[in-house]
Amino acid sequence: MDHLDQLEAQSVYILREAFNRIEKLGMLWSLGKDSNVMVWLARKAFFGHVPFPVMHIDTEKKFPEMYLFRETYAKKWGLNLIVEKCPPVEATDPTLPPAARSAARKTLGLRDTIAKYGFTGIIAGIRRDEESVRAKERVFSPRGESGAWDFRDQPPEFWDYFNTDLPAGTHLRVHPLLSWTELDIWRYIQRESIPMVELYFARNGKRYRSLGDRDITSPVMSEAATIAEIIAELETTRAPERAGRAMDRETEDAFERLRAAGYM
Amino acid sequence: MSTEAKAARELMRIVIVGHVDHGKSTLVGRLFHETGSLPEGKYEAIKAMCERRGMPFEWAFLMDAFQSERDQGITIDTAQIWFKTSLRDYTIIDAPGHREFIKNMITGASSAEAALMLIDAGQGIQQQSRLHAFLLNLLGVKQIAVLVNKMDLVDFSEDRFAEISREYSSYLGSLGIKANYIIPLAARDGDNIVARSPRSPWYKGPTVIEALDSFRPAAPLSALPLRLPIQDVYKFDDRRILAGRIASGSLKVGDTLLFSPSNKTAKVSSIEAWSAPSRDIAEAGESVGLTLDEQLFIERGEMASHVDSAPVESHVFKAKLFWLSKTPLKLDATYRLRLQTRDVNVAVESITAVYDPESFTARPSDTVERNDIAEVILRSPALLSLDAAETHPKTGRFVLSDGRNILAGGTISLDGYPDERRLVTVRSSNITEVAHGITAPQRAQRNGHPGGVLWLTGLSGAGKSTIAMALEQELFRRGFQVFVLDGDNVRRGLSANLGFAPEDRAENIRRIGEVAALFAESGQVVITAFISPYRSDRDRARQALAKSLPSGPAAGGFHEIYVKADLATCEGRDPKGLYQKARAGEIAEFTGVSAPYEPPAQAELIIDTEKLNIAQAVALAVSYVEGHFRKVG
Repeated sequence: MDHLDQLEAQSVYILREAFNRIEKLGMLWSLGKDSNVMVWLARKAFFGHVPFPVMHIDTEKKFPEMYLFRETYAKKWGLNLIVEKCPPVEATDPTLPPAARSAARKTLGLRDTIAKYGFTGIIAGIRRDEESVRAKERVFSPRGESGAWDFRDQPPEFWDYFNTDLPAGTHLRVHPLLSWTELDIWRYIQRESIPMVELYFARNGKRYRSLGDRDITSPVMSEAATIAEIIAELETTRAPERAGRAMDRETEDAFERLRAAGYM
Repeated sequence: MSTEAKAARELMRIVIVGHVDHGKSTLVGRLFHETGSLPEGKYEAIKAMCERRGMPFEWAFLMDAFQSERDQGITIDTAQIWFKTSLRDYTIIDAPGHREFIKNMITGASSAEAALMLIDAGQGIQQQSRLHAFLLNLLGVKQIAVLVNKMDLVDFSEDRFAEISREYSSYLGSLGIKANYIIPLAARDGDNIVARSPRSPWYKGPTVIEALDSFRPAAPLSALPLRLPIQDVYKFDDRRILAGRIASGSLKVGDTLLFSPSNKTAKVSSIEAWSAPSRDIAEAGESVGLTLDEQLFIERGEMASHVDSAPVESHVFKAKLFWLSKTPLKLDATYRLRLQTRDVNVAVESITAVYDPESFTARPSDTVERNDIAEVILRSPALLSLDAAETHPKTGRFVLSDGRNILAGGTISLDGYPDERRLVTVRSSNITEVAHGITAPQRAQRNGHPGGVLWLTGLSGAGKSTIAMALEQELFRRGFQVFVLDGDNVRRGLSANLGFAPEDRAENIRRIGEVAALFAESGQVVITAFISPYRSDRDRARQALAKSLPSGPAAGGFHEIYVKADLATCEGRDPKGLYQKARAGEIAEFTGVSAPYEPPAQAELIIDTEKLNIAQAVALAVSYVEGHFRKVG
């Protein structure tokens, strides 16, 4: 087994644990590269099926290419798609900096969706290498009443034994991609020929490395127009992946506060 | 293509451990800086964070992502970060060194293939320096480089380095560990990380990077016997697919699989996959889906293996565990045992030792406190499929939970416990029971009492045989149909082909249980006098009687009589000189000395031979039998 085989087997194991242990399970689908890989891994785990709803928490500020991708592949992949719109920015914590407030809409949208459908488990495609607060996450991460993350007292998790039980009134976040790196994701996309939103590939010397809302996401300078070129670029770059995501760096603890409140 | 070639690069997971403040996070920051792995802008961001706090540049902020970690200057939770050398890629796991956060340290360290252990040259070896080594050993992390850090504070003294090396090597030695390297370091300044430092000219060993590159990846588990814990069974379409991740070994289409504990077998028909080339072989680490040639009822929690290398089946096992919960582990308490995908209740039957990681001494105790390491015996009402951690590193590990969170992790030892598999297997299916012309009530009427079993159990030297013989005589005198089964009349014939290994002893007791049941069915009161150390064996004898002589007025029942005397007393009596031989190592697996004795949980009668003499003991037994067997007839 090579490195990608090992990552795939581990993610499949996690998804199967979640499906077996969690009563009401849903998967977040942001239409980005990571969540497309995650949907793909679910089909691997369940032999072509995705046996739970796939949710898009829609800020209505995504790129048109992303909405087109959603409609095309929800059908093609036979997904049970749920689209839920986020509350307006006025509903978010006013003490957060502006871009973080904008991102916090997703936290509220997710919270409402969980309540509406009664989800007890949410699968999210975060990775440890994206952001140093995410690096401290567990694979199965319990959330408080309103989706809050008590990062000061996380349960132990080792030897592939996950904390799959939870008290009533809360939910579990499940992170099957936690051990993957950005480079792993692209190598796997290449190996499996997984379709991607075209915004990732360079046009006119620019491409998006990470996709979010139109107004708080910016492209990076790049000539990488194919998967192989993106991989080659990532092997040498020292620029962080989320450099184009304004909300991460407005203040020292902006992202930590977002995540503690339930951001994915 | 070049990217394809690079995709095959090896990845190794390294954990950095050690006492709080000995410089773990600083080392990580420096490793990144020295190898040019730091993301763009990160150095500037850390600098700004430090300036805001009016403090000098702090490398630890690279990993200490939480504001509270930075404000308190300690690592709370484990984090991971990636870097590469010219040889391979690394995931670096930073583990907190504060005793408060042991559960986070374990979370981080459990997946590592090697460890860097930091020791402050000034402070020397501290509590967590010892505890972490102890835990690494339990977690299965065997490769260790010890880094004696902050050498600049002791002027790079060769003597100080040698002193710490000596002391720590000796501690590791007592755990059975040998450090691969011991390296002098000044992590903050980068000495001996990438390049050998001019400040320690006396040091001739490898740098940290050289040490890392010399570690070997974890040995593949494919060479071990097959273990496939069944995770789920899917019926999304017309296929019935058993899903699971192969823990060790390999399998191929056509192999006969044995499922434990249900003891069913079937052949592998296919290995199913979606969007992948079809294959007929799979090995350790793979998440697979199988179809079988027979529609067996198999559930999550079963363990698939090959027939000739199956796990041991037992209700009870010995474990070494680390306890992580704020609520202490208690004797007799019930917890949920998670054994791969199996999830069953276990009770803590005994706490044999609690270790003190400071002095590496063990003491007995009734509770195990948070962050303690202890040796316990766990018993389940269900039959468990077990592997010893020593031979099966993956399946020999378990966790305990309270139905919510993981409370403990542990390793399994099977020393002294018999494999119960063949004892419970239904032996033959083409036997039809012949109904007797004479009924149990008729026999009871004729004898004046029903048939039944008086099962004496206790340590060697407790007085079982003496009591059994005297009791037989007295009951016979009183007109009972009575007979004693003891070692002499059983071992000579019925069990002549058995030795004294745990499995043989269990089989011997099984035979005695069956024979006693037949005697009882014939109307006799049977007295058995065997140590019969395992509770599960005695329970099986009870079930054997329940089958041949179901309860009713004409059934005298099964009476477990605990002939009680503690080990010291029995050893003092030692009528046959057996304890002396066992202590001298001349008898292996001697009950009480080198093999366990499990006292009855609820004996029908306890005869305490420390308090009663023989006449009193027999009188007690006789009155008990009169009370229970003279009600009919």
